[in-house]
Amino acid sequence: MNTIKRLLGCVREYKTQTILSPIFISLEVAVECIIPFFTKDLINAIEASSDISVITKYGFILIVLAVFALLFGALSGHFSAVASAGFAKNIRHDMFYAVQDYSFANIDKFSSSSLVTRLTTDITHVQNAFMTVIRVALRSPLMLITSVIMTILIKPSITLTFLVMIPFLTFALIMVFKLVMPFFRRIFKKYDNLNNSVQENVQGIRAVKSYVREDYENEKFNKASDEVCYDFTKAEKIMAFGNPLMMTAIYIVMVLIIYICSKVIITSSGADLNVGDLSTLLTYGMQIMMSMMMLTMNFVMLSMSAPAATRIVEVLNEKPTITDPENPVYDVKDGSVDFDNVEFSYSPEAKNHTLKNINLHIKSGETVGIMGATGSSKSSLIQLICRLYDVNSGSVKVGGTDVRDYDLKTLRDSVSVVLQKNVLFSGTVKENLRWGDKEATDEEIVRACKLAQADDFIREMPNEYDTFIERGGVNVSGGQKQRLCIARALLKKPKILILDDSTSAVDTKTDALIRKAMREEIPNTTKIIIAQRVASIQDADKIVVINNGMIDGVGTHDELIESNEIYREVFESQTKAGDFDE
Amino acid sequence: MNKPMGGPHGPGRGPGMMGAKPEIQKGVFSRLMKMLFKDYGGQLVIVAICIVLSTIGSTSSSLFLNKFIIIITDGMKKGWDAVSGSFVNTILMMIGVTVVGIIASVIHTQIMAGLTQGFLNKMRKRMFSLMEKLPIRYFDTHSHGDIMSHYTNDIDTMRQLISQSLPAMFTSALTITVLVIYMLYLSVWMTMIVFAAVILMMVVVKKIGGQSSKYFLRQQKAIGKTEGYIEEMISGQKVVKVFNHEEENCKDFDKINNQLFDESSKANSFANIMMPIMGNIGNILYVAIAFIGGVMILSGNVKNISLSGSPLNLAVVIPFINMTRTFTQNISQVSQHMNSIVMALAGSKRVFDFIDGEPEKDEGYVTLVNAKEENGKITECKERTGEWAWKVPHSDGSITYTKLMGDVRMENMTFGYEKGKTVLHDVTLFAEPGQKVAFVGATGAGKTTITNLINRFYDVEDGKIRYDGININKIKKDDLRRSLGIVLQDTNLFTGTVMDNIRYGKLDATDEECVKAAKLANADEFISILPDGYDTMLTSNGANLSQGQRQLIAIARAAVADPPVMILDEATSSIDTRTEAIVQSGMDALMKGRTVFVIAHRLSTIHNSDVIMVLEHGRIIERGNHDKLMEEKGRYYQLYTGSFD
Repeated sequence: MNTIKRLLGCVREYKTQTILSPIFISLEVAVECIIPFFTKDLINAIEASSDISVITKYGFILIVLAVFALLFGALSGHFSAVASAGFAKNIRHDMFYAVQDYSFANIDKFSSSSLVTRLTTDITHVQNAFMTVIRVALRSPLMLITSVIMTILIKPSITLTFLVMIPFLTFALIMVFKLVMPFFRRIFKKYDNLNNSVQENVQGIRAVKSYVREDYENEKFNKASDEVCYDFTKAEKIMAFGNPLMMTAIYIVMVLIIYICSKVIITSSGADLNVGDLSTLLTYGMQIMMSMMMLTMNFVMLSMSAPAATRIVEVLNEKPTITDPENPVYDVKDGSVDFDNVEFSYSPEAKNHTLKNINLHIKSGETVGIMGATGSSKSSLIQLICRLYDVNSGSVKVGGTDVRDYDLKTLRDSVSVVLQKNVLFSGTVKENLRWGDKEATDEEIVRACKLAQADDFIREMPNEYDTFIERGGVNVSGGQKQRLCIARALLKKPKILILDDSTSAVDTKTDALIRKAMREEIPNTTKIIIAQRVASIQDADKIVVINNGMIDGVGTHDELIESNEIYREVFESQTKAGDFDE
Repeated sequence: MNKPMGGPHGPGRGPGMMGAKPEIQKGVFSRLMKMLFKDYGGQLVIVAICIVLSTIGSTSSSLFLNKFIIIITDGMKKGWDAVSGSFVNTILMMIGVTVVGIIASVIHTQIMAGLTQGFLNKMRKRMFSLMEKLPIRYFDTHSHGDIMSHYTNDIDTMRQLISQSLPAMFTSALTITVLVIYMLYLSVWMTMIVFAAVILMMVVVKKIGGQSSKYFLRQQKAIGKTEGYIEEMISGQKVVKVFNHEEENCKDFDKINNQLFDESSKANSFANIMMPIMGNIGNILYVAIAFIGGVMILSGNVKNISLSGSPLNLAVVIPFINMTRTFTQNISQVSQHMNSIVMALAGSKRVFDFIDGEPEKDEGYVTLVNAKEENGKITECKERTGEWAWKVPHSDGSITYTKLMGDVRMENMTFGYEKGKTVLHDVTLFAEPGQKVAFVGATGAGKTTITNLINRFYDVEDGKIRYDGININKIKKDDLRRSLGIVLQDTNLFTGTVMDNIRYGKLDATDEECVKAAKLANADEFISILPDGYDTMLTSNGANLSQGQRQLIAIARAAVADPPVMILDEATSSIDTRTEAIVQSGMDALMKGRTVFVIAHRLSTIHNSDVIMVLEHGRIIERGNHDKLMEEKGRYYQLYTGSFD
């Protein structure tokens, strides 16, 4: 119920259309139900061989009614289309805005792909359901009730026939759906397996072919496919009973009406009931049965869109875990960073902290290297600096102020991170770079690119800085992408620049050039570099070795070679050998 | 009946396109029909007969109504008793006909349900087994999303076509025909009026439908744009946050979202208006028939022309009125299904194009067999001996055996993925059994291409590759690949347990063999601390493991396969240097006694290679072992020392 209430809040400026649609539908139904009533008069007039003017009168009334029905129907169609499109627009708007306020933790909770589904497919489902509700859902019960009333007006004893049939049909149809629903639920799951199997094969085709596992995969797939087929056939076979059931009900009603009415007409010689009444009753009978079926179907459709609605509301109701403080600080004094007794874990329930007992002090303008094995929580550490996540206990200070006291925008503009999993967006090179600074001049952009050693290859691209980057940056190589991302981060002119393994695909030479440029061009910026290669951090003012979420050692290269076993090991394994990136 | 399944269709993607010009691909339709009839000919005949019966059953009610009114009119003059006999007879007849109709409809819907799913199942299996035979080139040049959609969207359109649209079209066409006959039977004049109305209806449908489909196309585009934007931005949401780009995003999004609203409300308006128009033209027709019928009866001087020869009276007009309803309903049904048929045929065409894809060619005839070597003579044997031999049949019928050694030679190889774009130029290299050959060079230098050619993922156009002296084009692809083990940079694991994934290398490996292989690759340590050890389920390509752990499993998988030749393409690139040191010993153990091709950017992996090839722009520019290359002070030296002057 709360779900529905929350969603209805998205109707907003489309209230008028939302209300008008069912009103016009009701009018249409009313008119449509009167039509057979006048048809009866028309038929009776013909039967009674009345004057042609009487027939013309009824004919005229009927045509006018039909025109009105058309008008009302068209209007309600239009309004419902606008209302549901607007409803969907508002939900999409609200969800998108909500996600913009999410913290990293919120995003992790849902996962990006799930968020995308919720913002696309789920909205479509709900939009369709909404349109059904304001348009069709009201139509069927109205049709049903009006038709029943009309039959009472003509011959109350006949109404009984319907009243007997309605529960019978409803029961039968609900039984069909009851039987079939568990199958469909299972089918959804099995379908997932099937698609999963295909996807794995498409992605892993090299593995399949190198191990010559085509037959094995075929067998696996056939099994999954057979399972889907088996359940689907069962479900469809049960579903297939719906239509004959419907027909049976309609025919029973028809035969009953014909039998009872004929007897009454003949025995009363047309006094109690006449042929016109019979014809109209048949029409109403059909209408009642049809609206019964529509009603059941709509009910099923609606109950199927319920999960989509729930998923949407989950997104809307999610509270961002990180928000601006009440009296935020708008000024970052300098680029110093202090970790005091920091403990951190991604989920509050986790027994083991991701980061434990971190005490680290970085002076403004220092260059700091961070080293450690995969999974040693290096990335977690730096993500705390620009408050992508909040610490569990202890504090992280930037420029002497706790990061939780800053205005988020101010903080993140001063602390620029080049994430490990980085993305470029579809748009020109320049547009992508301007993410760092909307107002950056062309000169500033070129300077940042030169710093990041990206200028050269950009100049070689077909349209230089106006070259279009495809979605996900698929038309640039890994190393080029990393350099563009660094340039983008540099354009922010941050006080602290963090590179999270951002040159892993850049060759050693270029890597060295980037470091050199940074040292010379932005000496006052604090630089924190996570790297796998010792060479990348060797000349840093300070190197931090992280192991299993704890600081294992801090010092200069020479100090660590002396004192730190992990560092020495890594150094030796790499200098016994150079490195051949690219 | 609406099916709860059907995938994510946009708002009203189905309806509203009625009247859009149906460009039915004739070839596709007839091919589909042929396939259906080939497998289910008998059943389809029964279905057709049943549809005819049930259509007769459902349409006959109008005819019976005509009979009843005659009886009633008669009965009003003569009294109930006089007509009760014929009344009961007629009603029994009607019940009889409808019961037959209902039974027929039960039969054909049941058959169709089984038939549709059976057919789709066959189609799916066929698609999959053909897909497995497609060359790597196909997967490299087609988007994975497109391939996936053949199994989901395209198959679904086929389902709708077979299970719903086709029977509905058949029923409607039949109903219309039967009704026309009935109508002509009752009155030619009134039939003419119905026809006039239908033509009017068609014109309106065409007009509005044309508009509607125009907007639907635009809506489709807007949906694509919106969903694309959402996908891109939400996937990159973390970057958005880091750059404080939320506000700009919202602004852009609002623009796109508003546009979608415009197109969608227009498209759906047209589609929604269609129903009341169709319905009420039906209504107007209903009134017109009643009115005109009435006038004709009253004026009394219009001579009815009909097949039945009966005069124009109420017994004609009333069933006629009812028939016009059914008639217009069926007409609008036909136009509705027309649209989904067009969509389904487009989907079927994509499926057909997919299964018509050219499979990997394999003209090889040399096979790999288990062998025994006694006194220098190699004989074939059934059981696994641990030794293998190439079985080479000759044109004169004789068979010779060559021992599998792992000797690989390439001569003057030139290759390009696309015509005119050469990736490898005149590459010559050889690897003797047990040698370790390393490739070094920048991305795009052609390292992976060489390995793609050795296992014939791609076929070389110029030059020859010989494996144990046999041209690899003569070796059956499956056997060639069985003799090669590959560990790639992007590891692909499959849904199943860790054990299943290791066993993938050799399906009949025992648990002990798998654990041994895992130990060799140094994977045992982390596997044993997984929640269920070797029975831990891996899903979505091992998402619950780190990249390094995935690679360790992939190495174990290759180890269990135990091939004489191994290709390691950046196999340790995602493992950090420290972990790599641990893996390295496992790798060394794995490489022992095998011919190994290594691509790596870490010297620790390659510096002890027998031969190192430095590739640049598809050419080998330096070759030799580590010491020799260091002495030469060339490109390798530069890369190694990091001196670039």
